[in-house]
Amino acid sequence: MTALSALRIADHDTHTHLDTHMIADWLDIGTVDQLPALGARTLPVRGGKEIAIFRTANGDVYALVNQCPHKQGPLSQGIVHDTTVTCPLHNWRISLIDGHALGEDEGCVPTIPVKIDGGRILIGRKEALQGMA
Amino acid sequence: MSQKPHLIVVGNGMAGCRAVEEILARDPNKFRITIFGSEPRVNYNRIMLSPLLAGEKSFDDIVINSEAWYADNGITLVAGDAIVAVDRAAQTVTSASGRTESYDRLLLATGSDPFIIPVPGKDLPGVITFRDMEDVDKMLAAADAGGDAVVIGGGLLGLEAAHGLALRGMKVTVIHLMPTLMERQLDEAAGWLLKTELERRGQTILTQADTGEVYGDGKVEGVRLKDGTEIPCSIVVMAVGIRPSTGLAKAAGLDVERGILVDDHMMTSDPAVLAVGECVQHRGAVYGLVAPLWEMCRALADSQTGNPSGYTGSVTSTKLKVSGIDVFSAGDFSGGEGCEDIVLRDATRGVYKRVIVKDEKVIGAVLYGDTADGNWYFDLLKKEENIADIREALIFGQAFASGGALSDPKAAVAALSDDAEICGCNGVSKGQVMACVAGGATDLDAVRATCKASASCGSCTGLVENLLALALGDDYSGERTVKTMCKCTSFTHEDVRAAIVEKGLKAIPEVMQEMSWTTPDGCSSCRPALNYYLLCAWPAEHVEDPQSRFVNERMHANIQKDGTYSVVPRMWGGVTTPNELRAIADAADKYGARMVKVTGGQRLDLFGIKKEDLPAIWGDLNAAGMVSGHAYGKALRTVKTCVGSEWCRFGTQDSTGLGIKAEQMTWGSWMPHKFKIAVSGCPRNCAEATIKDFGVICVDSGYELHIGGNGGIHLRGTDFLCKVATEQEALDYCAAFTQLYREEARYLDRTAPWVERVGLDYVKKRIVEDEVGREALRNRFLYAQSFLQVDPWAERASGKESFLHEHIAEIRPFAVVGGAA
Repeated sequence: MTALSALRIADHDTHTHLDTHMIADWLDIGTVDQLPALGARTLPVRGGKEIAIFRTANGDVYALVNQCPHKQGPLSQGIVHDTTVTCPLHNWRISLIDGHALGEDEGCVPTIPVKIDGGRILIGRKEALQGMA
Repeated sequence: MSQKPHLIVVGNGMAGCRAVEEILARDPNKFRITIFGSEPRVNYNRIMLSPLLAGEKSFDDIVINSEAWYADNGITLVAGDAIVAVDRAAQTVTSASGRTESYDRLLLATGSDPFIIPVPGKDLPGVITFRDMEDVDKMLAAADAGGDAVVIGGGLLGLEAAHGLALRGMKVTVIHLMPTLMERQLDEAAGWLLKTELERRGQTILTQADTGEVYGDGKVEGVRLKDGTEIPCSIVVMAVGIRPSTGLAKAAGLDVERGILVDDHMMTSDPAVLAVGECVQHRGAVYGLVAPLWEMCRALADSQTGNPSGYTGSVTSTKLKVSGIDVFSAGDFSGGEGCEDIVLRDATRGVYKRVIVKDEKVIGAVLYGDTADGNWYFDLLKKEENIADIREALIFGQAFASGGALSDPKAAVAALSDDAEICGCNGVSKGQVMACVAGGATDLDAVRATCKASASCGSCTGLVENLLALALGDDYSGERTVKTMCKCTSFTHEDVRAAIVEKGLKAIPEVMQEMSWTTPDGCSSCRPALNYYLLCAWPAEHVEDPQSRFVNERMHANIQKDGTYSVVPRMWGGVTTPNELRAIADAADKYGARMVKVTGGQRLDLFGIKKEDLPAIWGDLNAAGMVSGHAYGKALRTVKTCVGSEWCRFGTQDSTGLGIKAEQMTWGSWMPHKFKIAVSGCPRNCAEATIKDFGVICVDSGYELHIGGNGGIHLRGTDFLCKVATEQEALDYCAAFTQLYREEARYLDRTAPWVERVGLDYVKKRIVEDEVGREALRNRFLYAQSFLQVDPWAERASGKESFLHEHIAEIRPFAVVGGAA
């Protein structure tokens, strides 16, 4: 918890851009109540892959790369149920926990670690920036 | 003539027919059988009158013995002609119409009569009892006429009547003489919980209210209580109780006290005359519930077929299944010397459980809110089992009390005795279910069809499935012959829709709770279906759940394979203007549409629009007077037209004008699947109306209406519905047909498979032949439309649900930029 102030690498009121790689392993991307229950929002990564942040019925938050392993459908737009999201393009079911396709389908989408601190969503910096050119 | 002795049954109800069924099951050749009934219909399930009133069931659903049953068993049914006299000396009966028949055995199953309290005005038109189909018809007619209802009697019957009338749109007041509702079945605490819940649902409950008179000039206008309070109403339902119907027996000189006196073999004081059901008095007791009746019928059949077993009386239990309120009671809960109460309250779940123990035996139970263990307590009670060992855990239910061994549901049902009741609605015991499975019923649907267990309200479905698993072991796969809605539920689409209406369910979690969904929040199949069923059932009250919408309907645009969207503004009847075209062109430029395409439905589609830009492009299109085309929805899509008589030399009517009117009437309407309309101005059919869900082909003398067509994978031409003379009729039939489809098709059925399933004749019966029904359907459609015709684009453009379009934040190289907190 002591590192929390350092984790606030973005100032949400002033949109100040701060250098991240100097200070933190976790990125603060906003608050849990910005996410609709059983829904998702998107987090573009300039030069990298867009991330989808999901919230389940009981308030747990998960982050996946926003691309279905099948045909790159935007998972953020799928229907969330239990700890699963159904891709809006061809109904693949993807586990929010480990990113694996469920049922008959095979494939996996990268996950990004999430932790919640005082209602704020923190995601793993290294994983979020993975795939950046 | 047959040499077989003649059995005449007086009463074509549940007791009479069940007795005959039991006799036939033992010896089909024993008797020549004639059944007389006062109602002009076959035997139906009287305890299902409540769901019938509530609109959950149709008459066909509650028929127990169809005409075929009488015919197949060689039974003569004389329906609508009551027996009015018995001559025991001559062994004959005489009917109201003067028909006289002689009998060798007479079975009286006359049931009971509703008790009418002797107050002034009790005979006014509008005072109704709740006993048979005629009563239900009268209540339905009153509900259709609108107005307020008073139900006198806060017992099982009265509350079910009140519930049904409330669901039919009447404002209902229940008048109850006693301080708590259902005081014979419930203790004070449970009665209070019930009252509070009913009041929360909008009923007015007056307890300790004594009816003084029913007033009105020539018909009911209200009820006046003895304290002077007046309650205006257009109908009064008397549901204070029932009395054994003993008039016929008394006139015949049989021994009668409160009921017709019978011995353990259901024999009256005349050995040639038997009696069963609510009309009898056995060992001092009369019964007004269905379960004892089954036991009496078994004893009767046993003795009549030479294998007497004897009826020793029943311990009864009660379940109230109105409004999704679960109430169960059994045995004695009045307390007293040596009785101990074990009580559990769980306020957050709305649960109250009380088990009454005496001498280490369960003697009574009252359950409110969680009745799952009702049958278990009832079984302990009937068996008089010693519960000393499980006393500590008794109140927590069977699974817990049995120390985990029985938390395996199969073990739990295995532990039930053979005569434990499984299905309360149809009086089916565990032994009967097991016999039915042994007789070849190897799935749930076969069990429901054969012994009717779980076929009525379905609350015992899990028990029946566990019994199947128990009986069949590995051979039981759990497969169903009817298709359930999805893997999250054991119910079909029709079951779920009926429950939504009958139980007044208004939200998806509520449906899942009430119908025991097996998943915490459903799946991507059932959630959109439930959202649709709810909005269709409750047009005025429905609260949208965007997270239960498929992406296109949530975003009001069509998602494309690259994650961008396409946008289609509505063009009424396919007609546009230079101004609209300019606005579309400007929007295409401004938002970088990578393609503009003319659609098959006569409008323009802008491709490649980003999620974030959607509210802005919609705002621009709104500004030019355009609204959402719903090209993305299970909804009214387009109305395709040709130019018709205004321009075309072959045109017979103004097909374009009619198409525009049809589109203005139907736009915004959510459906089970997409829905397309077309209007062609002549039989050359340039608008391709014969492959649409609803197609009109104009001819000189009027409008030919066609239904149930579609292009797509399974091309299907329309069926011809009928021809109408005027444009207004064409619109009215369109509205009625659309509503029938909305109310009765399964989610994701287009009209074509739906029409094929229900049959063209059915649709004709509802839309063409039933003028009143058609008008009602049309009115319900227009009523729903008054809530649905709101442009979703305008709402989003003005900022509603902006979180659906905005990123939560953005990660730039070495920085995060937050969205608005």
